Amino acid sequence: MTREEVLLDFTSRFHEDILDLYDKSRSRVYVTITPESILRIGTYLFRNVGARFNIASGTDMPPNIEILYHFIVEDINLLISLRVLLDREDPVIDSLGRDIEAMNWIEREMSELLGITFTGHPDPRRLLLADNWPEGVYPLRQDYEEWDETADRTRGI
Amino acid sequence: MSLKLKALLKSPWVFHLSTGSCNNCDIETLDCLTPRFDIERFGMLLVGSIKHADVLLVTGSCNRMSVERMKALWEQVPKPCLVVAIGTCAGSRGIFKDSYNCPVPLDQIIPVDVYIPGCPPKPEAIIAGAVKLIEKVGSTL
Amino acid sequence: MMGRTIIPIGPYHPLQEEPEFFTLTVEGETVVDIDVRIGYNHRGIEKLSELKTFENSTFVIERICGICSTSHPFAYTRAVEDVFPMEVPIRAKYIRTIIAEGERIHSHLLWLGLAGHFIGYNTVYMWAWKLREEILDVLEILSGNRNNYAMFKPGGVRRDIKAGDIPVCLKKIDSILPTLDMLKKAVLDDPVLHARLKGVGVMTYQEAIDFSALGPTSRASGVARDVRKDSPYGAYQEMEWDMIVTQNGDVFDKAVVRILEMFESAKIMKYCLNNLPDGEIDANIMDVPPGEGIGHIEAPRGETFHYVKSDGTNRPVRHKVRAPTFMNLPTYKATVQGETISDATIILAAIDPCYCCTERIAVKDPRGRLLYNGKDLVQLSREKTEKMKRRMGVR
Repeated sequence: MTREEVLLDFTSRFHEDILDLYDKSRSRVYVTITPESILRIGTYLFRNVGARFNIASGTDMPPNIEILYHFIVEDINLLISLRVLLDREDPVIDSLGRDIEAMNWIEREMSELLGITFTGHPDPRRLLLADNWPEGVYPLRQDYEEWDETADRTRGI
Repeated sequence: MSLKLKALLKSPWVFHLSTGSCNNCDIETLDCLTPRFDIERFGMLLVGSIKHADVLLVTGSCNRMSVERMKALWEQVPKPCLVVAIGTCAGSRGIFKDSYNCPVPLDQIIPVDVYIPGCPPKPEAIIAGAVKLIEKVGSTL
Repeated sequence: MMGRTIIPIGPYHPLQEEPEFFTLTVEGETVVDIDVRIGYNHRGIEKLSELKTFENSTFVIERICGICSTSHPFAYTRAVEDVFPMEVPIRAKYIRTIIAEGERIHSHLLWLGLAGHFIGYNTVYMWAWKLREEILDVLEILSGNRNNYAMFKPGGVRRDIKAGDIPVCLKKIDSILPTLDMLKKAVLDDPVLHARLKGVGVMTYQEAIDFSALGPTSRASGVARDVRKDSPYGAYQEMEWDMIVTQNGDVFDKAVVRILEMFESAKIMKYCLNNLPDGEIDANIMDVPPGEGIGHIEAPRGETFHYVKSDGTNRPVRHKVRAPTFMNLPTYKATVQGETISDATIILAAIDPCYCCTERIAVKDPRGRLLYNGKDLVQLSREKTEKMKRRMGVR
């Protein structure tokens, strides 16, 4: 399939869920979708279109938390980024890691660094932070402040 | 103690500990063992267990998770044991000073005998550091 | 049912980018389950990068990983350039490609040496690392440092290649090719290595797709996936070179892919050095406009992916970094289960994530008594090679 066919098929199939489509360049497309539809659209891209899952990136953008799911269709060199906006106070979204093994780790990472809840995740343990890291403190949030009183930020050797 | 130290300096066995480094210092340390630099000719040997070690080579910026492990290893190591901080990260945390996951520098956790600065230090610098360590300790005996 | 034993591996793996803590569950000698705990190397680089300017971030990014100290800046600068979007001068593209391919050769040689070390072929270890020094010399001539080259900046490169250095570098590259060829024959024609590594730790085509495996790990399973071909960048579309793909997905094929790739890299490096175009090396970008950019490139281990979001100030609002091992590491679940403990070390090493883990392996029985330590496990792996040699009558 060509780039136009893939995009046409994608937009006609999910036209109700797509809020915005920004065609940035030949190889980059940003699509804003509703959070409810992520499971359908993500699985469709991965299984049916044959796209490879690059990664997801979460960003704290008050008053929202934004997740971008990056997929690449390698044959036509097209990177499709699905944008989802969540409520910052209670960010909850369906887990794709349940069906797609490749998304397992990144969802664990986002849930501990940004405090996003992935419902139905098979293995919601910590991935990167230490066991003594306090609950409810998310380092990648904009309002993160140092919690550790023993920390030394001087240069001295 | 000084007899033990004297014996130790003949062929110091080293244990290598990475506390959240970028691997460069670790690779350069290993590079010292390979044909071009061949630090083994001075009797230095990289060992797999902390219980065999005379010298602890520490690299990296001491992140929260590895610091706990490092403290546990420091308790297990037979004393006397010398500590070498390889690289800028182990010396002062360098570029990672403000990181939320690197709260305290190495020398506030365990005593350090020699610092080898550089990002990463070249194998020549590491060998020079090892020689300085032996000279420094040897002169106190 | 046979009793189960839990084997903790790690956490220190001083050689590679991501130290991990593995828990192997074994029944007798067979691994039935594997679990990973990472985070021993987490330095909060994404947050740190948001505190730096676009130009200064390059230096933080370079220190994500010592072996990939080109790949990360390469992907990052491409992400910043994608915010505009803009093109860098052609000479800068060639210089970037030269450094990236030099890094690929030294990284693959490093892997080859340590893989040899684990199965008891210390000669391969010493040969490979000795060869690697020559490539590090080339990189030192070109950039001034053996690692952490500091060649990249958004919009171009920081340092030009002097015309006088090119013949020296070409000579050095040519000088390693015969030895590399000998090493290739020694590894690929050795009957013991065939017996030892073939059919071990197989990842099927479908598994590679499901895990979104990257780089040599996926190409060994027949997935023709290479960012250099799929979304050309740098100077890769300017010359002829082959993507190495093999079909079996076992440890042997992963080694084959890496060894053959080194020859392709040497070819690319030589072409670029011989045909280095004249011109500017830096587009001198001043302000980064608001917007988002994505840069992805093929690192020695697979695709490195960077996402940068800018709001028009001189700092990124968000910088997401994804190293290839993040996707390759979970494939252990597919490759290690069902294999024996003596093969676990080489399978764990085959993805090229961490080698020194084996030095910290400790096997404990359920009451916590120490049965084996890391040395013993490497020993187990070597004894298996020896046994095979005897059985095959090779000395």
